[in-house]
Amino acid sequence: MKKIFQMKEPSQKEAGAQDGKALHIRKNDWLLIAVLLVAAAGIYVAIQYYQKVSTKNAVAVVTVDGVEYGRYPLSEDHTETIRFEDGSYNRFAIQDGYVSMPEASCPDQICVHHSRISRNKETIVCLPDKVVITIENGEDSGIDVLQH
Amino acid sequence: MAKKTALLGMLVALAFVLSYIETLIPVNLGIPGAKLGLANLVVMVALYTLGTKEAFALSMVRILLTGLTFSSMAAMLYSFAGGLLSFAVMYLAKRSKLFSAAGVSVLGGISHNAGQIFVAMWVLDTATLIYYLPVLAITGIASGTVIGLLAVMVIRRVSGMINRWD
Repeated sequence: MKKIFQMKEPSQKEAGAQDGKALHIRKNDWLLIAVLLVAAAGIYVAIQYYQKVSTKNAVAVVTVDGVEYGRYPLSEDHTETIRFEDGSYNRFAIQDGYVSMPEASCPDQICVHHSRISRNKETIVCLPDKVVITIENGEDSGIDVLQH
Repeated sequence: MAKKTALLGMLVALAFVLSYIETLIPVNLGIPGAKLGLANLVVMVALYTLGTKEAFALSMVRILLTGLTFSSMAAMLYSFAGGLLSFAVMYLAKRSKLFSAAGVSVLGGISHNAGQIFVAMWVLDTATLIYYLPVLAITGIASGTVIGLLAVMVIRRVSGMINRWD
């Protein structure tokens, strides 16, 4: 243990040949960390706010067999069940600005397993029941470009 | 010179192993791209004890090795972007003499994340990815601070021995 501490002395002096202060944590370092943290947090909050504003007008357009069933703003939580004459049904839910289909009677359940959507032109489709939910006026999705 | 070369080779191996260890630690914060950057500890030590050229070579060889062994070519591209940008920033920060090694490491961590985001924006042709930068920057600051404080401790103890060898 003693040896390690003895080594510290000469090593600091020799390192001092490059930059004497490089190995002493300074006020500048903490200042740098604080400024960067505040800047990153500030920008993050600003982006969150901006995204909220830009998705304020987004609506979920629900169509059944090509006919518009209804339009629902994403800003309001809403749950509704579409029932068909043959007893089948699709339940969709809007929560926290996202649309999902938590329950449906269709055999494949693809619509139920679809991830929740919130961005412009994202869709949830239930082929057996011919139900399509599309987002309109929302923020553009960053994924579309990749898919192209 | 031969001793320096041998030492550099050992540091490459160390950085390589640390990169591997990092893949074993599941740092799952729900933030893809956030990691500790253990290998940067070795790059920092090399930058302060061996020199700029040596540290740069170490960083690039480390990325090439880990890219070929543990990840895909695409991931290697991201690593090179992060590695090049962070090295440039760390070099300039060290030269400016405004910060200690801890501050230099923080700037290195944050610029590593920025470099990766820039390449992702270019590859995916999606400007909206920049929204992701603040989140990643916060993790970069945190890991950069930890690595920086460790680097200061290691360099203090190691630099004397290395300089005595020359």
